[in-house]
Amino acid sequence: MSVISYQEAALQAVAEEMRRDHRVWALGEDLGRGGVFGQYRGLLEEFGPQRIADTPISEATIMGASVGAALVGTRPVVEMRFADFALCAVDEMVNQAAKARFMFGGQARVPMVIRQPSGMWRSSAAQHSQSLEAWYAHIPGLVVVAPYTPADNKGLLKSAIRCDDPVIYIEHKDNWALEGEVPDEADYLVPLGPARLARTGNDLTLVTWSKMVGVAEKAAALASLQGMEIEVIDLRTIWPWDQELVFASVAKTKRLMVVHEAVQVGGFGAEIAATVAEHMAHVLTAPICRMGAPRAPISYAKPLENQLRITPEQIVATASRQIGH
Amino acid sequence: MTASPELQREMLRQMQTIRRFEERASDDYHNGAIYGVVHCYIGEEAVAVGVCSALNKDDQIISNHRGHGHCIAKGADLNRMMAELYGRQDGYCKGKGGSMHIADFSIGMLGANGIVGGGLSIVTGAGLAAQLEGKGRVAVCFFGDGASNAGSFHESLNIAARWKLPMLYVCEHNSWAANTSSRMTHARDDVASRAAGYGIPGVVVDGNDVLAVYEAATDAVARARAGEGPTLIECKTYRWRAHTERPGAADPRPLEEIAAWMAKDPIQHLVDDLKQQQGQYSDAEFQALDDAVMSAVAAAVAFAEASPFPAPEAALDDVFAD
Ligand SMILES: Cc1ncc(C[n+]2csc(CCOP(=O)(O)OP(=O)(O)O)c2C)c(N)n1
Ligand SMILES: [Mg+2]
Repeated sequence: MSVISYQEAALQAVAEEMRRDHRVWALGEDLGRGGVFGQYRGLLEEFGPQRIADTPISEATIMGASVGAALVGTRPVVEMRFADFALCAVDEMVNQAAKARFMFGGQARVPMVIRQPSGMWRSSAAQHSQSLEAWYAHIPGLVVVAPYTPADNKGLLKSAIRCDDPVIYIEHKDNWALEGEVPDEADYLVPLGPARLARTGNDLTLVTWSKMVGVAEKAAALASLQGMEIEVIDLRTIWPWDQELVFASVAKTKRLMVVHEAVQVGGFGAEIAATVAEHMAHVLTAPICRMGAPRAPISYAKPLENQLRITPEQIVATASRQIGH
Repeated sequence: MTASPELQREMLRQMQTIRRFEERASDDYHNGAIYGVVHCYIGEEAVAVGVCSALNKDDQIISNHRGHGHCIAKGADLNRMMAELYGRQDGYCKGKGGSMHIADFSIGMLGANGIVGGGLSIVTGAGLAAQLEGKGRVAVCFFGDGASNAGSFHESLNIAARWKLPMLYVCEHNSWAANTSSRMTHARDDVASRAAGYGIPGVVVDGNDVLAVYEAATDAVARARAGEGPTLIECKTYRWRAHTERPGAADPRPLEEIAAWMAKDPIQHLVDDLKQQQGQYSDAEFQALDDAVMSAVAAAVAFAEASPFPAPEAALDDVFAD
């Protein structure tokens, strides 16, 4: 084990996979200078400009060309810089990458990883702060991953690179500096799909992902001081999601709360809430509760931006209502 | 057309205003009063000022992520700009946008934009509306060399050329897009040559010579108003500061390159021109102009500081019509 940052973990994942498989390569803007967040630092020196490709600001063609390069046997890691900019390439992700295997009757495969740093970060306002995982979860053919811990960022990114389907890989911009223990072995993988039990508790199941895991853990610690034990599940793969672990936890706690940074309306929390309601309504002792951002674009000024954030205190207040129900 | 002596003095005032405003914005960013992302235009002032000096108030412009210069040159209010950077209630966007989203629709400034290439197609729509209305208005797009590689550049130029829209596409070619040199990403480094593919004029000008920019823009505006269609103007220029004001942000550009361009200061260029042409422009006059600009910037900061922060609930306003 070594203690490294979320950013360093991702860097190691890409470097190791590029060493292991010569078909893996990465492309995007500013990669030659290490990427906007330093998450490609040193890779140009090791792998050269063909495998660490600096692109023009041409997101649609970066994405489309990656789909093509994947169709013919390479394994691109596509850097979109900010999730918001990937919206310039939605056709290539949704109409092309996601559908090729199916439309062509299973002949084709599109092994590519689409990295989309997401979320609120340094007051970056409406076009640089979005969390859009639910959009991608809605699209058949896409795998969607949103790691929180450095260990998961390494293990899941490696699995994503080895996956034979297109993976939307969502790193939270506020997490780059987050440190944690990461196993050293070169074949450390975290499989796509299984969730992670971040904290155990008997009173309430809280399902969340990405940066909100940290917020939920703080909330659970506060709640514990008040005698409420919250079980925190870090979903980490949004699609396919780990129903088994969530169901088992809800069977124990009999209460469910889902928390995400993204807009609450139509968020992926709604899917989890609905699925649990369909299968487990009879065990629930309180209504399911969702927490997400209001349905408004993200503001610049701090008091406005803060209005859209979910805090540990809000989670505790909601949890205590649910548990007292 | 050459600019009158009065207009030249006004251009100098605007360029100096952009520079002093941004020097202050940068300081205030680094001391924490301003946050988010701030991209400075210092070094490129002659482009916005030269082009906007050739426009009427009801002509429309669109900007990009580096928008302070375009705003000031189109006549935006410094107080409301600074208040927006400070995230205050009296800012242009009531604190919702910050540096990257300042807009003033009342003066035809259709907004800075956080999406590179985003403005190109939107302002093409303003050009189309101008043509539909037939009142002789023109629409202008400011965009970078980096944005010229977005598909929207090509799609917009083709449509504007085909429909002969009354437009100027002004490329601010500063040779860098964030931390990547245009030499690494452009099939041909110049952008103006692409105009030939669309059958429209592609003009290259010294973007640090405000009078040259003004002349090129004046010609293009006349062409647009006469119904002859769009012009692509490529202004060769350079930004003096790093891509963004982020603390510790890397700047890979060679120091000699930066120094060489700083020696071609667009403001000094115009001061020299004024001295040479008229023999009467004095350093004292420039000093007086700078004093006035500095007090306007100080007043903008005072205005911003006095303006309240928006109420948190306002985060949910303005999403839809009432
Ligand atoms: C669609 C999109 N891709 C990438 C970015 C990130 N980005 C912001 S500014 C910039 C460089 C733009 O370069 P250029 O157009 O030359 O303008 P300059 O900054 O030089 O004025 C990049 C890559 C973005 N904001 N939007
Ligand atoms: Mg540029």
